[in-house]
Amino acid sequence: MDVKKTLFEPVVTNNPIALQILGICSALAVTTSLQVSLVMCVALTAVAAFSNLFVSMIRNFIPNSIRIIVQMTIIASLVIVVDQILKAYAYETSKQLSVFVGLIITNCIVMGRAEAFAMKNKPWPSFVDGIGNGLGYSVILIAVAVVRELFGAGTLMGYEILQTVNNGGWYVPNGMMLIAPSSFIVIGLLIWAIRIYDPQQVEEPEFKIAPNSKMKEAH
Amino acid sequence: MDLLSIFIRAIFVENMALGFFLGMCTFIAISKKIDAALGLGIAVVVVLGITVPVNNLLYNYLLAPGALAWTGVEGSENWDLSFLGYLSYIGVIAAIVQIMEMFLDKFVPALYNALGVFLPLITVNCAILGASLLMVQRELGFSESVVFGLGSGVGWALAITALAGIREKLKYSDIPPGLRGLGITFITVGLMSLGFMSFGGMSV
Repeated sequence: MDVKKTLFEPVVTNNPIALQILGICSALAVTTSLQVSLVMCVALTAVAAFSNLFVSMIRNFIPNSIRIIVQMTIIASLVIVVDQILKAYAYETSKQLSVFVGLIITNCIVMGRAEAFAMKNKPWPSFVDGIGNGLGYSVILIAVAVVRELFGAGTLMGYEILQTVNNGGWYVPNGMMLIAPSSFIVIGLLIWAIRIYDPQQVEEPEFKIAPNSKMKEAH
Repeated sequence: MDLLSIFIRAIFVENMALGFFLGMCTFIAISKKIDAALGLGIAVVVVLGITVPVNNLLYNYLLAPGALAWTGVEGSENWDLSFLGYLSYIGVIAAIVQIMEMFLDKFVPALYNALGVFLPLITVNCAILGASLLMVQRELGFSESVVFGLGSGVGWALAITALAGIREKLKYSDIPPGLRGLGITFITVGLMSLGFMSFGGMSV
């Protein structure tokens, strides 16, 4: 068991968001500000790690036919704990996250890792795998949040980085970065960047365009 | 708020997929073919139309603060079980999907075969749980929640069918290698979402 590999493989080479298309819902919606995204990352990583740990501990006692319900129950209980902690210690942030804390339950990363990894491995590797996938998710989330908050509002974590025109500075905020659709486009471009870095992830085209047979028609 | 305006808002203005990004995993994964997308879309409409009202009853008669007053037990009007929400909603959703699967298999085999593998997948679709959570957050009544559930489902189905239509054409285009597949799909959804934002100006 290679702890380092389990921990860091999901961060770039096998990223849950960019390659496996898991857990995108929340990645898109909470990224308008960096602070909210950080809270979401910590919450998701904690839930992923502990759900993997607990599922793996009882994996030999779960009947195969009801395993999804059992996993769901464990995950939902963990999310309730996280939600109550957030409400107690970070009430403002938990208001901003609104329904998205609850949606960690149906986050495919958590379910997917519990099903694919924790059901087959010992508790300790599963725990590390949960943290690794949480980190992979966090990297993308933080990258998107930095781009959106910096260019949308000129701030990071609420501190002003680019002084905006309204405050007597030079930077005209790009309002599009604050609205929903920009997060799709930012993630799309991020995936492009990752695939240039690691060309193995490039998908095969389903349909090859034949070269032009007549040179005249091509121009 | 009257029912028609809730319905229209849920489909266009606050579209589940393009406005709230709910159900994105399945939205991206099962939108390569129009047939499959349409099948999944119908399944989502049916499941949302049932689970949102059921969760509404569950919240109003069991979980909400003081909801247990109807039992007549002393002190029950002070009970607040709303922290059990997540666990109960997901349980209800999983159970209803399972029951629906058995019911369709026995009585409507044609629809069962058409929906096939999509039914069990729906349990983990964030759009279903998200609609229930939004319903609680907005304090909708029972009839409003029926309309909200159906409207959200129709909106989601509309979005995934439209994306599947675009992706079927997209495979014939010459896309830079790194952007091929997932990357260009994200950008397409971004542009679609931008288009749907124009409904935001509608006053309904």
